[in-house]
Amino acid sequence: MRQVAILGVAMTRFGVSEKTNLEMFAEVGLHAIQKSNLEPRDMEALFFGNCLGAFEEGQLHMAPFAHSELGLPVSAPAVRFESACATATVAIRHAALLVGAGVYDIAVAGGTERAARMGTLLATRTFAMASQAQHESTAGITFPGVFAMAAHLYAEKYKIDLPVLKRHMAEVAVKNHYHGAMNPKAHLQKEIDVKTVLGSMMVADPLQLFDCCPFSDGAAAVVIAEADKARDLVDKPVFIAGMGQASCGPLYLQGDITRVQAREEAIRQAYAQAGIGPRDVDVVELHDCFTIAEIMAVEGLGFYEFGKGYDAASRGETRLGGKMVVNPSGGLKAKGHPIGATGAAQVTEIVEQLREESGARQVEGARVGLVDTLGGDLGTVCNIILTA
Amino acid sequence: MKYPVTYQEYQENLSRGEFTGLECKKCGAILFPPMAVCRDCGGSELGTVSLSGEGRLRTFTVVRVAPEGREPPYIVAMVELEEGPFVIGNLVDVDADETTMALMGQKVRLDSRLVQGDLYSAGDARVLTFSLVE
Repeated sequence: MRQVAILGVAMTRFGVSEKTNLEMFAEVGLHAIQKSNLEPRDMEALFFGNCLGAFEEGQLHMAPFAHSELGLPVSAPAVRFESACATATVAIRHAALLVGAGVYDIAVAGGTERAARMGTLLATRTFAMASQAQHESTAGITFPGVFAMAAHLYAEKYKIDLPVLKRHMAEVAVKNHYHGAMNPKAHLQKEIDVKTVLGSMMVADPLQLFDCCPFSDGAAAVVIAEADKARDLVDKPVFIAGMGQASCGPLYLQGDITRVQAREEAIRQAYAQAGIGPRDVDVVELHDCFTIAEIMAVEGLGFYEFGKGYDAASRGETRLGGKMVVNPSGGLKAKGHPIGATGAAQVTEIVEQLREESGARQVEGARVGLVDTLGGDLGTVCNIILTA
Repeated sequence: MKYPVTYQEYQENLSRGEFTGLECKKCGAILFPPMAVCRDCGGSELGTVSLSGEGRLRTFTVVRVAPEGREPPYIVAMVELEEGPFVIGNLVDVDADETTMALMGQKVRLDSRLVQGDLYSAGDARVLTFSLVE
């Protein structure tokens, strides 16, 4: 495999947008290409992420339209990826694999989504389509519901009183809103306190509104190239040191859902390829779709032992200035979660952190960054390790 | 390859109150709902086995913001069957507003109910239900 690097990165502000999926993607795609000192015609392929275009706009087969919107040549194939919330990370991984393999020298990857556009009822229904249709969706399971069941099981398994666990979960939201308030691209740029979380409406017991990420619109894109080419084109290429991806079946086959089997395998692959371990990571963007999800992720990625990560935010360890800064962008919780774009925005944040371009939320001296994205009800996890 | 018990057969079994699972001839694992190959060892030689319909509630939630077409609140639960598999369904006969952590680990009995299909699904379907065993 050839060494692969990331050049330009770009994301829209996440939130509620009146723009079409294609307009949002064209904006970030062109921006990322320009920041790479390249032209659209230099792109040899488009790895395009979108989950719910059929419901958001009645649009399938969006990749070739994104391709022409961006002005890519006919010779550059455009393919749509769909891995639920992990969509864009999976698209970027596959772009990096094919550039690494020598099939392409330069490619653009990312995603776009108009999740807020659908409204809460349809968005909740369509997100639930990522649960198994015959045996799970029929029970009326929702995504907050999946992680709510994980939260109850976590409390039971580790013998933590639920109100105690909920308070620590609330501290995750408080921390990510604190970070998000410093991110001009974030959907929710306001600080909250524990009372905000514990006083908010119940969505799926025990998860309250502020335990949950918002439905967001947005897009993000990155340009990927063979490393020598990248060094020629930009001052600070960021290198892909390791990647991993794994799949696991429907939730009912996973048993102990406090542990994500796909994550444990994906991160094992990524650490092995990079030749590093969790102690070597300086900054991480991980999948905090719900507060309990961040707790599960800091354990699954090896930063904490299983059952010991629940109070990391309360102790300030994962906050800016702490020993292991988690989600300096504000995470899915505050930055927002346009599902098909989320992974590319996580990569964008880590790339900017490693280039020391993150302003007020810069993690000092960050050299190694990790991206962790989970798709569906724990069925897909994709990890990417980046180095300056 | 012949699907050992199809989804339609599984649905018909549920409507008769029968919980027909599969037993892997290679490793002995019990599969429910039925599937193509053994989830543990990949074995494809599977025989049918009648399950007790008894299990323990391992975790649950009360859905209060429901997908389009559903009327909240209702309880979704994961149950570990006596024979080993985990299943997902609805806990019934319990007031959604009266749930506590005391539900965790409770013995339950399986049944099923018919859920109306919506615009996006493939039609009406039976889903597992759980009742507390006193």
